[in-house]
Amino acid sequence: MSNISLYSNLNRNKKLLYLRNSLLTTILILGAVIALFPILYMIMSSFGPPTESASASRTIIPRVWSLESYREFFNFSDYSLRWIWNSLLVAGLVVIGNVIFASMAGYAFSKIQFKGRNFLFFMILVAMMIPYQVTQVPLYILIVNTFHLSNTYASLILPGLVTSYNIFLAKQFFSGLPTSLIESAKIEGCNQLNIFVQIIVPLSKTVLAVMAINTFMSNWNTFFWPFLVTSKESMYTIQVGLKSFKFANSTLFGPMMAGATISALPMFILFFALQKYFLEGVTIGAVKG
Amino acid sequence: MTNKQNNNVKRKRSWLKGDDLSGYLFIAVAMLIFIAFTAYPVFSAIKTSFFLYKPFGSEFVGLENYAETFTNSLFYKSVKNTIIYTIIVVPLSLVIAFSIAVMVMAFQKRTQSIFKAIYYLPGIASGVALSVVWLWLYDSSPSGLFNQILAFLGMPTQNWLNSSKTSMLSLIIMALASGQGSSVIIYVAALLGIDNSTFEAAELDGASFMQKIRYIVIPLVKPSTLFLFVTGIIGSFQVFMNAYMMTGGGPDNNTTMIGLLIFNNAFVYSKYGLACAQAIVLAIIIGAISFLQFKLMGVDVEY
Repeated sequence: MSNISLYSNLNRNKKLLYLRNSLLTTILILGAVIALFPILYMIMSSFGPPTESASASRTIIPRVWSLESYREFFNFSDYSLRWIWNSLLVAGLVVIGNVIFASMAGYAFSKIQFKGRNFLFFMILVAMMIPYQVTQVPLYILIVNTFHLSNTYASLILPGLVTSYNIFLAKQFFSGLPTSLIESAKIEGCNQLNIFVQIIVPLSKTVLAVMAINTFMSNWNTFFWPFLVTSKESMYTIQVGLKSFKFANSTLFGPMMAGATISALPMFILFFALQKYFLEGVTIGAVKG
Repeated sequence: MTNKQNNNVKRKRSWLKGDDLSGYLFIAVAMLIFIAFTAYPVFSAIKTSFFLYKPFGSEFVGLENYAETFTNSLFYKSVKNTIIYTIIVVPLSLVIAFSIAVMVMAFQKRTQSIFKAIYYLPGIASGVALSVVWLWLYDSSPSGLFNQILAFLGMPTQNWLNSSKTSMLSLIIMALASGQGSSVIIYVAALLGIDNSTFEAAELDGASFMQKIRYIVIPLVKPSTLFLFVTGIIGSFQVFMNAYMMTGGGPDNNTTMIGLLIFNNAFVYSKYGLACAQAIVLAIIIGAISFLQFKLMGVDVEY
């Protein structure tokens, strides 16, 4: 039995049903193999020999399995391990910033009446539609030329500390909570901070988890901004570090794939542990209804 | 909604002061960050677009950067490339994601989740690493995977990324192969949201599978389609990473898209004013397209 009757007029015939499901499974698995192939290949190659370029001698499944590429990855730079630490620190602090401040702002925009509320929220909505290329250059001038913050954690963390998207996400969610809850807490004498911490946050664990995961994922994988504001190897994030394995005409393929596999590991662990929140995160920001 | 407003009116007198203050305190940090790193840069970008940027005192040049933008053939070429990429990738992605979602619906909930997870997985890996894997897949020597496939099919091998004939195609295949995860999940959610009785009623009337898809599913998932269409086009107009890592815009600028052009002008040639002008033109194009789409397709989409 399928879950919806979209398919059900075939259900009467057992044989046909079996045939149909086998066919669909085959197509879906084929598609999945195509979609997953680059990742599988990345993991496979990381256990292969750390040869230079990625051609001729390579096979999809390594002929000899070794951890040599991993050793090469850590030997490539004095800072290989630090890149991972930098990424962890930056992504972690940005997550904390967003979960606290974006959710507080989202709460205020949905449940607290104050002058200028609609105007300010409208500004945030408009900002969400502006492509990042517009802000990139002034942001770069501001951080690098005006404040001389290149190669600092501040330059990596501050611009993403509270994102418009997360404010929007929080506001959308909090709007759905009953206002009467807040009213009665007020009558009991709670101030807004108490209400937020003691009533709202416990009710919003899912949306906060989704926000944390999405924010962590995008910061962990982001390349563009860290690439612009770091020039010292010691301040690279893992993604910028990985790029340094690719030279103009060749690539240290094995070690790079080892690094890439290491960098993907936290995301895979998070994904399999918190799959529900990942998948929920996709729909939560999309269309309601 | 009216209930909430009534409440607000009622308590306005007693709570106004306290609420105003706590409201501002709640948004203070967020607004500070927003003003410094979003609002200010937007206004600064508009201002910069009228200047010739120099480290010590920029020179006002009026509309010159815009004039240069619209007389430069590379700008038109990059717009053309972006449009070609977009009109192939976005609709095809929608069709692929929709088909996968419909196929996934045939299974039990647990199988559905497994497929959703598998298709979503490529999205969580790093773009830098994956683009290097794809570089190998497109290797121009006979040992590259795509060339092996062509050889297996008895076709001549290609110079994939380095030939102006196939470079754009290569980027398109790459985008289609592994970028469907989120769209599949959104479509599955939309399909699960359709009331079963709708299908049952249609079935009693003797509707075939394709008729159900045509007359029930497609109209009812229209809000999701519109959402994916608009975000897809917006995303595709800003594509940067793949072109930058894979082809660098070449050969002969055949894969230079607006995002890469702006990046090069800003961070390779330090023409900040020109880059800002082009970014603003891009913002206007994106704004106009989104507006048109909502006008033409849209209407009752609730956010």
